[in-house]
Amino acid sequence: MTETTMSTAKPSILRGFDLKAAGPAIALLLLCLIGFLLNPAFLSEGNITNLLTRSAFIGIIAVGATFVITAGGIDLSVGSMAAVIAGVMIIVMNGAVETFGTGITTVLIGCGCSIILGLGAGLVNGLLTTKGKIEAFIVTLGTMGIYRSLVTYFADGGTLSLNYDIRGVYRPVYYESFGGLPIPVWVFIVVSIAGWFLMNRTAFGRYCTAIGSNESVAKYSAIKVDRVKTLTYVIQGLCVSLATIIYVPRLGSASSSTGVLWELEAIAAVIIGGTVLKGGYGRIGGTILGALILTTIGNILNFTDMISNYLNGTMQGLIIIVAVWLQRGDWGRNKSTD
Amino acid sequence: MKTFTYLDQRPQIVRDRVQGGDDVPDGQTIGAPILSADGISKSFGSVPVLFSVSMDIRAGEVHALIGENGAGKSTLMKILSGFLQPTSGHIRVDGSDKELPGNGLSEALGIVLIHQELNLAEQMTVEENVFLGRELRNRGVLDRTAMRATVQSYLDDIGLGISPENRISDLSIAQKQMVEIVKAMSRDARVLIMDEPTAVLTEAETELFFAQVRRLKARGTAIVFVSHKLAEVSAISDQVTVLRDGQWIGTQATKDVTPDTMAQMMVGRELSDLYPPMNEVDVDADHVLDVRDLVAPGVNNVSFGLRKGEILGFSGLVGAGRTAVFEAICGLTPRESGTIAFDGAAADFGTVAAARDAGIVYLTKDRKEKGLLLGQKMRPNLSLFALPKFIKGLSVDRAAEEAALERAIRRFDIRARDPNVNVGDLSGGNQQKLLLAKVMECDPRVLIIDEPTRGIDVGTKQQIYHFIAAIAAEGVSVIVVSSEMPEIIGLCHRVVVMREGKIAGVVTGDHINESEIVRYAAGLKREHQQ
Repeated sequence: MTETTMSTAKPSILRGFDLKAAGPAIALLLLCLIGFLLNPAFLSEGNITNLLTRSAFIGIIAVGATFVITAGGIDLSVGSMAAVIAGVMIIVMNGAVETFGTGITTVLIGCGCSIILGLGAGLVNGLLTTKGKIEAFIVTLGTMGIYRSLVTYFADGGTLSLNYDIRGVYRPVYYESFGGLPIPVWVFIVVSIAGWFLMNRTAFGRYCTAIGSNESVAKYSAIKVDRVKTLTYVIQGLCVSLATIIYVPRLGSASSSTGVLWELEAIAAVIIGGTVLKGGYGRIGGTILGALILTTIGNILNFTDMISNYLNGTMQGLIIIVAVWLQRGDWGRNKSTD
Repeated sequence: MKTFTYLDQRPQIVRDRVQGGDDVPDGQTIGAPILSADGISKSFGSVPVLFSVSMDIRAGEVHALIGENGAGKSTLMKILSGFLQPTSGHIRVDGSDKELPGNGLSEALGIVLIHQELNLAEQMTVEENVFLGRELRNRGVLDRTAMRATVQSYLDDIGLGISPENRISDLSIAQKQMVEIVKAMSRDARVLIMDEPTAVLTEAETELFFAQVRRLKARGTAIVFVSHKLAEVSAISDQVTVLRDGQWIGTQATKDVTPDTMAQMMVGRELSDLYPPMNEVDVDADHVLDVRDLVAPGVNNVSFGLRKGEILGFSGLVGAGRTAVFEAICGLTPRESGTIAFDGAAADFGTVAAARDAGIVYLTKDRKEKGLLLGQKMRPNLSLFALPKFIKGLSVDRAAEEAALERAIRRFDIRARDPNVNVGDLSGGNQQKLLLAKVMECDPRVLIIDEPTRGIDVGTKQQIYHFIAAIAAEGVSVIVVSSEMPEIIGLCHRVVVMREGKIAGVVTGDHINESEIVRYAAGLKREHQQ
């Protein structure tokens, strides 16, 4: 054997430090520092809790989106899906009051309904993409429109409101804390850990990456490409249903404006986190940081008068573009040797 | 070990009979050449691929260029059309030295190369494609009427029943080929160079195509074409030039040579220790794999058996359906009919995973597009095919993966300057070794290797041949699909030759030689199958 084959030694700690992977974390730290300098109240316990809670919706959805995007797909329907699930949940719970009363049973029925709808909607997106052989962009653009109009129809153009008594029972899911952290944050943490494990430690995560890198290689390597791709959409649907379950008690209502632009925020969080839009490289940790970064920008703008709060979208947009520009620099170097 | 004395009997007479250009009193070669190559040599880096090749192309003449894969035909064609510059030697146009401009700009000189993978914009119409880059304008606006009329007149001229407004994606491959020819005609091509134009055509389409070629020839166009189908070469060409290993072997008037002579001129090469000594295979061993009457896309009634420890070669021309047979067996493409028996029991592998679990693996010939994840490291690539084996509990066992990688690096001598390098940055030879290691992680009982040594250097080739022999010696049955005749001959106990989706013949033991295989592959010899 030659010397080169012997150099399979462990890489040094320094080499293991990947600037690209650390980018989102550095960006978040910088944002927090800016926030603190502008107003020390930024780092108060109340504000941090608030920030984490608000990140939870987009964060949970973005964890699902990381799987879809890593496997080379895209799901534009998540915002509308959340809206229609919220609407149907409210209708079902209001309807269940007569039979099951205003207790916890009714809330559980609503939650079960949400999960079934989420899984089902994800399955529809997945099957249309894989078995129907329609581009994911088209499929989810279509379902996005369908779900959005359905919620408007269910609400008759107005707002669906949850029965006042159930609201009292359901309210703690959003507003209560457990061990110092609000329940939505706990859900976010659990989803993140499960997502990270699934992506980085299981065969399924490996398959998603392989499919996103090169579908032919995946096919020739005995991977059931259609099944794995469909499952990514089902996971996305499950994440949307979980996000909706913690979102509904916040306002206790759903309307045609519920979840508007969530799909773009989720995709933005994924991309800021370092996942490659064309697939093949997914980072759950990055996605979580991405979601936190997006929420933090809005939060900082609330704390300062220097930039109008109305420019929130501008700041988010700039961050997305800069983040991807930084990633491209790195990827370009790798690709140039092809 | 086989001996290859046959190969030394190179047809020397051919060289002596070669004509020297204008001074040959042959009716078909009168006139000065339009385009000639004079002592053209070409090296890529330090690898020479052409050695002082000369060739004259005359108006109204069809000149066939034949040779085995890797003989340098494509390189010569690219030099003749300016896509490559020769390392030494001259190109003459109308008798004067010329440095041909690259990137297709030689079209201005009337020299047009039609690539094998056609260069047409699929979503545009015939008319738009023909005039692409040279659109007729009328006061700054596209003059569609004039362009349509021009294209229509060309289409009428060659008797092609399509409209200028047809989209390319709606046309058959033969029609697309015709559109390329129309495109060349519209550029007033004097020399039309075609790379295996008939490789993808059916017999009927080939006839239609030849009719156009004859028409062009009558108009005085010089045509150079590459083909592996020697019967076609006999049918359509006036002159034939043979290349072997980058050397010019001979140029003959086609009417003076038989396809058999052509085949003899194409083959012939010394084989040394490149190949491992061949183990005798137990002829009484049971069949591991039995395929009967397999029908699938591109595969017509194929039957064969494979013994334990045997190395079975699959030879034939590109497009003969060899890959299609094994993609169908391994569940990559659907089968239409036929039975597969594995260890004597009927087996139906609906998915690649099912085939893998039974012990049959297929190593693709396209390592960059279908074999390896180029943007990823060696470890995930190595374990991808056999990943279920690496699962412990719910998660992938990284320690086991690392151990497997270390073993594979040792066993297959994979040389990476850094184990964390992206696979795309490895040399072709190391990629191929990694790919072999990847499929071997599945512990197969039948290993199917498609083009085991495509695009890798001779040293690595030798290593891979020895790996294959060692794998077979362990009792694994190996199928080697290859277009490289020498490796088929040097490695295999038995060779199946395919032609047009069918098995043309089976050659065994001492009968395995190049001319025998070429005769089956080119359809000059046929074996009656029961």
